[in-house]
Amino acid sequence: MSNNDRRGFLAASAGLGLVAIAPGVHLMQVAQARPAGEPASKLQRWGMLVDTAKCATGCDACVSACATENGINEKVADPRQAAQWIRKIDLKDPKNGRQHSLPMMCQHCAEPPCVDVCPTGASMKRADGIVLVDRHICIGCRYCMMACPYKARSFVHQPLTQQNPEVPRGLGCVESCTLCVHRVDKGQKPACVEACPEGAMVFGDLEDPNSDIARRIAQTATTQVRADLKLNTGVRYQGI
Amino acid sequence: MRRAATFLLLGVLPWLTFSAWAGDSVPKPTIRIATEGKCIAPAEEMRRNHMDMLKHQRDKTLRQGIRGEKASLNGCIECHAAKSTGSVIGHDDSFCQSCHSYAAVKLDCWDCHQPKAGYKATGVKP
Repeated sequence: MSNNDRRGFLAASAGLGLVAIAPGVHLMQVAQARPAGEPASKLQRWGMLVDTAKCATGCDACVSACATENGINEKVADPRQAAQWIRKIDLKDPKNGRQHSLPMMCQHCAEPPCVDVCPTGASMKRADGIVLVDRHICIGCRYCMMACPYKARSFVHQPLTQQNPEVPRGLGCVESCTLCVHRVDKGQKPACVEACPEGAMVFGDLEDPNSDIARRIAQTATTQVRADLKLNTGVRYQGI
Repeated sequence: MRRAATFLLLGVLPWLTFSAWAGDSVPKPTIRIATEGKCIAPAEEMRRNHMDMLKHQRDKTLRQGIRGEKASLNGCIECHAAKSTGSVIGHDDSFCQSCHSYAAVKLDCWDCHQPKAGYKATGVKP
């Protein structure tokens, strides 16, 4: 056995050991950074699960974390023009008084209506399911804002100067939650998920049956908001 | 003798006058490079092709999710931001602005991208 063969054999057996420790148990549970030069893959679909039983009324740690991460710091003249990357919603059932609170953001649909209506192709879905706006070709027509059933998109009405270097955003373009794509590509979780003090948000790969999120969706009843629209959302809720 | 005079008249004299004229009165952009000699390509190539490099990269990164490309706008800023302002725009001798105002080419990049090196954005809940 030449030195090269030996090296290959060792690498292969190390790989086997990693995969086969036990079914469903991975040494590397956390998503890894995608190597440089490699495109996002169709074999993955990033998603999020929000446990509304854990989500506390009055807490907006996810909203603040999102603002810090994505450099949302502008003062808007009219509150109706405010950025809508993520917002907290309090729900109350008038019949029985049951209340709960949940974060609402871009649901990263598999069949996104914003992409359907975009006249320039700026509104797009990446191979791994993250729905984004390509601001380079967005003309600011706001059709996508009208098409989105979740009111998850907003328009920037004023010049911005204090953006985060990794999150470009500016006047005249529509924007929405990017699922913190710049963090996800580095193998990190979105800022809201990391900031949630209740651990109510789980982020992961819906296509990987061994991921925490896929297992929870397989085991417990989860809801897609406006499931009747058959958009197959990537963000799921538990307990609503 | 006549041939030599013609050569002088047609060949050398215009060249001499042109070079003197070009050296003295044509305005040139002032380019200050904070970190020199570490660029991804020679200066001539960068001057001519940086827009194509960046456009190619931006589409690959945004639409396909390819990270770690050689050309990157944030990479430009890291080296070329002025030491005094930390930015590539803002003054007539700022790296990007100096050439772009000289060539009268509008700079759209910085409407959305952050022109300051190492900038840490704050966030306020909307």
